[in-house]
Amino acid sequence: MKSAVVVFPGINRERDMMLALESITGVKPVSVWHTETELPKVDLVVVPGGFSYGDYLRCGAIAARSPIMQDIRAKAAKGLKVLGVCNGFQIITEAGLLPGALVRNKDLRFVCREVKLTVENNQTFFTNRMKKGAVVSCPVAHGEGNYICDTETLKRLEGENRVVFRYTHGTNPNGALNDIAGIMNEAGTVIGMMPHPENMIEPLHGKTDCRPLFESLLAA
Amino acid sequence: MKAKIKVTLKNGVLDPQGKAIEGALGHLGFGGVGEVRQGKYFEIELAETDTAKAKEQVKAMCDKLIANTVIENYDIELA
Repeated sequence: MKSAVVVFPGINRERDMMLALESITGVKPVSVWHTETELPKVDLVVVPGGFSYGDYLRCGAIAARSPIMQDIRAKAAKGLKVLGVCNGFQIITEAGLLPGALVRNKDLRFVCREVKLTVENNQTFFTNRMKKGAVVSCPVAHGEGNYICDTETLKRLEGENRVVFRYTHGTNPNGALNDIAGIMNEAGTVIGMMPHPENMIEPLHGKTDCRPLFESLLAA
Repeated sequence: MKAKIKVTLKNGVLDPQGKAIEGALGHLGFGGVGEVRQGKYFEIELAETDTAKAKEQVKAMCDKLIANTVIENYDIELA
């Protein structure tokens, strides 16, 4: 399972993501700088968290228009697996790989804490080692994670089983519609999520709840 | 030529910043304040001198970058 992690100015979780990928899949991911125009040959590209371009204009907006994203968009259209975490979710959504938008948290506060996630769909490349309905602990750290979309899109996401993760009842930290924490595209090849599973995989993280998510990549 | 662009949140999109401003105006004693919505304003200098072409160019800029049309509307003024 070869992977690449894309790095933009202002991204700060790329090392955590690379460590998680390497320690669980056994293969060191390739780091790709945003000005590059072509991805190396990989099975998965991860857009990690952070504050690309200081969240200028809108979170993820500038990074979504960078040279490497053109190639990611083109390859995603042909089935390349893409995972966006936190700012990465905002970036790939701004790039049009996922529907809807991530806006300011409902109570205006930056939230940095642990939440519970329910695995709603366990038939994806990032959840196939989980049971449907399983609840895992996972940290969040964001100011703009409030997922919104129009009624028609929401109906489709729910109807097509494209809500991959939901904040377990009572732990929604940002006001996201239907407690949505992570979604996927129609083909199931692009997943975006606000929480940081890469920070809940080692005993030193306190819990290892999110290890099976990365182990899922091995079966994908 | 200069383009002046206003970007506003679409109706129905929650604007927590506007809500916070609304609350603060109330704390300052301003009565009769209804809903507050916050937006963005841009000025872009253009080499183009033809108004129709400039409008088209700025519209493309708004659709591709300046606004996220999933949640925002934009209004262009050329001067």
